Amino acid sequence: MRFFAITRATLAKDVRLEWRSKDAINAMLFFSLLVVVIFSFAFDPTAEESRRIAGGLVWVAFLFAAIVALNQTWARELRNQVLDAYRVSPAPANPLFLAKAFGNFIFVSVLEALMTPLFIVFYKLRALGSAWELLPIAVLGTWALVVNGTFFAAMSLRTRSREIMLPLLLFPLSIPALLGMVNATTAILTGEESARFWIALLVAYDVVFTVACLLLFEVVLEAE
Amino acid sequence: MNDIPHAVVADSLIKQFGRFAALRGVSGEFSTRKLYVIVGENGAGKTTLLRIMAGLSHPTRGMVSVLGNRNVKEVRAHIGYMAHPSLLYDEMTGMENLGYFAGLYGIQQASNSAATCREVIASVNLDPDLDRRVGQYSQGMRQRMSLARALLNDPKLLLLDEPFSNVDSRSAKEMAGLLGQLRNGGKTIFVVTHQPALLAEVADEFVWMEAGKIVKRNSSLEASPQ
Amino acid sequence: MSWRRKDVARRMKRGFTILAIVTAVLLSFGLYEALIAAPTERTMGDVQRIFYYHVPSAWTAFLLFLINFVGSIVYLIRRDEKSDILALVSAEVGVVFCTVVLVTGPIWARPVWGIWWTWDLRLTLTLVLWLIYVSYLTLRRFSTSSQTPMLAAVLAVFGALDIPLVYFSIWFFRTQHPSPVIGNGGSLDPRMAHVLLINWAAFLCLAWLMCWTRYRLEVLKREVEEEQALESILEGTR
Repeated sequence: MRFFAITRATLAKDVRLEWRSKDAINAMLFFSLLVVVIFSFAFDPTAEESRRIAGGLVWVAFLFAAIVALNQTWARELRNQVLDAYRVSPAPANPLFLAKAFGNFIFVSVLEALMTPLFIVFYKLRALGSAWELLPIAVLGTWALVVNGTFFAAMSLRTRSREIMLPLLLFPLSIPALLGMVNATTAILTGEESARFWIALLVAYDVVFTVACLLLFEVVLEAE
Repeated sequence: MNDIPHAVVADSLIKQFGRFAALRGVSGEFSTRKLYVIVGENGAGKTTLLRIMAGLSHPTRGMVSVLGNRNVKEVRAHIGYMAHPSLLYDEMTGMENLGYFAGLYGIQQASNSAATCREVIASVNLDPDLDRRVGQYSQGMRQRMSLARALLNDPKLLLLDEPFSNVDSRSAKEMAGLLGQLRNGGKTIFVVTHQPALLAEVADEFVWMEAGKIVKRNSSLEASPQ
Repeated sequence: MSWRRKDVARRMKRGFTILAIVTAVLLSFGLYEALIAAPTERTMGDVQRIFYYHVPSAWTAFLLFLINFVGSIVYLIRRDEKSDILALVSAEVGVVFCTVVLVTGPIWARPVWGIWWTWDLRLTLTLVLWLIYVSYLTLRRFSTSSQTPMLAAVLAVFGALDIPLVYFSIWFFRTQHPSPVIGNGGSLDPRMAHVLLINWAAFLCLAWLMCWTRYRLEVLKREVEEEQALESILEGTR
């Protein structure tokens, strides 16, 4: 019971702090806009072609936006060494992890919600398959990026070149999830294949790594 | 918990950071209900020792037992830690900060929590209703709020790292007095400081460290090793 | 040194020498078999002989990564230095063999299939493994924590959990979008299988030799570091 109280309190604290220093949010919202525009300049396909590659484009764009968000996940806890205050308390490690992961999930989802309509407009996208299936794909895919991203962002706190270590550690491990997200989205957009296998893969990925993160986060937090 | 003979026991503590050994064999027994002042040059290992006692760092070799427990994690509820960085969120007020940390210590119900926070903030001579964010405090106020956070859970063991740095002499004297009172109330206190004279009147023992070892312990500051 | 320790040290040195000789013999024999004695493949010609290096390297790399996984798990449970060094060493040597696979693959593919690369199951899996373990080695090098072995062990576990997921995702993708496979086709002439196994034995001995050497080197390195740390005398203010 106390576990979830701490998770909730930490998430509330983070939301409050994020709200009070609005410049970080605004900069990131603008960044995600820029990413969509740049991609649109770089890849200018016909409507037919775009259905095939949009899945990949959209998720790579989301990945870039997510990395920027993930990199500053723990930045606030480093100022004034306030993370020490959490570590010195009897609070367990996992509520902190979950609060950060949920916070990142919400934030990245907001960025995705902003970028998606722009992609639809620029690429004249229309789903030929069952469009409602895109929602679970978005949720599962975002969680896949965010759960490991939060974990490895914490790990890179203990390294040099912190900002480059996060993608370096995250990208190789995210390959199956990325395949899942991209192919599932493409399947829905083109309507040519079933996304079922890929959704199952994403579920498996999410379950395996959420459990792994929860089991091993304390090790990472305690490593000074 | 009340009748443990020693607050901290260290046995041949070694802490290595790659090729650098911050602690090269620290041993000693430290009784409860005393105020210890740890003194030494930069790099002597004072902060490292304090962090190990707080459970924030783990020895490379050797053993440390805090409040009767070799696994410091189990007694975290009874430890208060303060360092030179404030360990506070700049964008929140004092009450908001303490309210959050109170939750971490399980000071659960809302009314109870607020009252406790107000009490603690008042005890370090700050105004609990101050609506300013901690980031806008003066250095002295920030140090006192940081001490309030360390006192929030009414810890049996208080670990303070440079609590007087950049604090004006009047506030420093007040804090020193407060520490004496806390010790009289039954707490065990370790203070790492470059200004040991401030605590000359309230300290029970001075501990000199040099090059990762304890070189001398004495109840009087005059007995400094040279 | 006590009599017993001297004895052990001497026997280990002898064991190492024997292993080195066996490795040299097997490698030479394997070379002869692969390049000369083995029958020439019908469709691909002599280029196919690279198969005797490509495949055993892959099996050796996978075995080494398995050792890394086991060593990391043991370290997470027991926190003993030996497991950590074993994990480090097997990862390093594993990356070496993995690189061989990734280099010999294109060299084989280009003359035979006309392409440098194909995202077939084995090659892609090997590439992902290579990426994961290079990131593992990078973490070990860039970490500033005194608990680097713990962090590395955690990453190794994540990597191992990832592998089956990588395998299934690529396998399914390939069934949907087939592409050329770099390989020998289905059946294997028993004479070729024979050469393959000889070379694999040779590579295993080579891997063992490399790991052993690197292990000893790491043990010495850590001993030196520890002595330096304990003797370090602070000069003036830090």
